[in-house]
Amino acid sequence: MKMFVCIKYVPDTSEAEVKVNPDGVSVDSSRFSFDINDADNYAVEESVLIKEAGEGDITVLSIGPKQSDVMIRMAMAKGCDQAIRVEDDRIASHDPLMVAKVLAGAIKGQEFDLVLTGCMAGDDGHMSTGVALAEELGVNHASMVKKVEVLDGKVKAHRELEGGLLEVVELELPAVLTIQTGINEPRYAPIRGIRAAQKKELKVASLDDIGVDPVAVGPDASMVILEQLYIPEVESSAEFIEGEAEEKADKLASILVKGGLV
Amino acid sequence: MGDILVLAEHRQGALRDVSFEMMAIAPALAADMGGEVKVLLIGSGLDEMAKKMAAFGSKVLLIDDPLFENFNAKKYQKVLSALIDDLKPALLLTGHTSQGVDFMPSLAVEKGLPLVAEAISLEYKDNTLKATRQLYSGKVNATVAFKPSDTYLVTLREGVVEPPDAADGGNVENIDSPLKEEIPDRSFVEYIEAEVGDVDITQSDILVAVGRGLKEDKNLPVIEELAKAIKADIAGSRAATDAGWIPHDRQVGTSGKAVKPKLYIAMGISGAFQHVAGMKGAKTVVAINKDPEAPIFAVADYAIVDDMFKIVPKLTEKLKELKG
Repeated sequence: MKMFVCIKYVPDTSEAEVKVNPDGVSVDSSRFSFDINDADNYAVEESVLIKEAGEGDITVLSIGPKQSDVMIRMAMAKGCDQAIRVEDDRIASHDPLMVAKVLAGAIKGQEFDLVLTGCMAGDDGHMSTGVALAEELGVNHASMVKKVEVLDGKVKAHRELEGGLLEVVELELPAVLTIQTGINEPRYAPIRGIRAAQKKELKVASLDDIGVDPVAVGPDASMVILEQLYIPEVESSAEFIEGEAEEKADKLASILVKGGLV
Repeated sequence: MGDILVLAEHRQGALRDVSFEMMAIAPALAADMGGEVKVLLIGSGLDEMAKKMAAFGSKVLLIDDPLFENFNAKKYQKVLSALIDDLKPALLLTGHTSQGVDFMPSLAVEKGLPLVAEAISLEYKDNTLKATRQLYSGKVNATVAFKPSDTYLVTLREGVVEPPDAADGGNVENIDSPLKEEIPDRSFVEYIEAEVGDVDITQSDILVAVGRGLKEDKNLPVIEELAKAIKADIAGSRAATDAGWIPHDRQVGTSGKAVKPKLYIAMGISGAFQHVAGMKGAKTVVAINKDPEAPIFAVADYAIVDDMFKIVPKLTEKLKELKG
C-alpha cells in the first residue's frame, strides 16, 4: 500500500484571542503555538495503522515554512517513511482549490494507492482541499471518514454524517480519504522513532521543483479574493459574573440555587 | 441570466433543514442577480418532497430515478456537471453538509469554477457576489469576493437563517437524469446508526459539558463531583469525545446530539458553530471559559471568564452548602 498523507501546520487558537493584522487579510499569529492540524494528526495515525496491518510506504506531504519541519519529523517518527515539504510564497493559500493543485503537482507521476488527509483544517476550515485534490488526481474519494477497511483493490470508508449516522461506501483504489477526528487514537512518537526520523529523507521543494506553474496556483489564478478579515462582534446578552475566582463561583452558585435551576 | 440553482438535500426519506434555509436567502439574492430560483431534487420516489419544496414558490426540477436511491457524491457530481452546462445557473447553492462537502470541491475542479465553502451570508452588489465565512472556529469573519464567472459554487452553513414562509407560484417539473447508469467505482453499502450509550443526553434536565479546556482525563473527577452535586449528566464537545475523555454518544453538536436541557453548563468549550448548533435548545446556559472572546458567550445567559479549574471546585462546594 503506497500512501501519501497531507498535513498542515496550524496555529492553536482554541483558548486564545485572535487579532487581525493591519493589512486586514491576515491574523497576528506571533503569539500562537503551531502544531499539526488536528484532523491531519488522525490521518497520520490512520496511515501508520494501515501500514502496520500489512505493508506500506508513507510519504508525508505538506505546504509550509521551515518551522513546520518539527511536525513533519514527528509524523516520520510515528512511522511515515519520507517527506516532501513544498515551500513557495507564490501560492494563493486562501483558496483550497489552489492548494489542491499544488498537492496534486507534488504527487503526480508517482504511484499511490491511498492519499489521506484531515477532513478540515482548524484555521480556515473549508473542508475542501482533500476532495478537490482527488479530482485533480483523477481518483475516487470519500470525505469525513471515521473508519477505513482496506480490501483487495478497494477500500470501505465509513463517512460520518450529521447526528453520528455513518454512511458506508466502497471505493476502488486509488483513492483520497479525508479523515475525521476521533477515527483512532493518535500515538505519541516513540523515542526510537524520533531518532530514526532524523535520518529519513525530508525533501524541500519549490513549485518549480514539483513542476507546478506558479501562475496557475497564484492569486491571479484563484477566482476568489480574500477582501477583509474582521473579528465578529459577540453579541452577548449574558450576565458576566465578575470578581475573584472564589467570588465568581459563589455568585454563580447563588444564581443557580435561587433561580431554581439546580 | 442570473438564476440560482438550489440543491435540496434529503436523507432517509426526509428533507434536511438546510434545504428550507437555502430558500430563505435564495429568492432575494436571485432578484439581485437578475434571475430566479430553481430547486433541484435528486432521488427516488420524491413526489412529496418535491411538493414540499415547491411550496416555497419556486420551480422544482425533479430527477426521480432509482439510480439515486441513496446519496452518491460521484453520481451527484455527474448530474450537476451536466446541469451546469445545460441550465447555466449563475449560482449553484448547496448545504455545507456531509453531502455538500463530498462533491462541491471536486465539481469545482472538474468545471474550473470558483467555490466558497461554508458561507454564512451572501450578497450581490455592483455585479459582484460576495460571501461571508468564518475562520478559526468562528473567532474571525472573512469577506470573500468572487471574480466574474459564468457559475459560482457556494455551500451554505446550516442553521444561519430560519426557514421562510410558504409562497405562491411554485411547481414541479420532472426532468430526465443526465446520468443513465450505475458508477462502478464508488458504491453505497449501508447506513449504520449512531451507537446508543447508557445515558440519553437528549433527555437530560441538567448537563455539564466539557471541551478542550479539560486538557486531560485525569481532570474529570472535578467535573464528576459537580455533576453529582446537582444531579447532572456529563456531556462533551467534539474535542472531548475525540480525546476519549467522554463517550461518543454524549457528544453535543452537529455530528452528535442536539440537546435541550433546562440548564447547560459549558466549561472549557469555545463554542464553535458545530457545538452551538447542538445546544442552542438549552433553556439556561452557563459558560465558563478563559478566552473573553470565546463564541460560547454569545449564547450564554451567565458567563464567567476564568480558568474552569479555579471556578468548578469552589462552585461545587458552594452548591453543596446552599442545597444542604
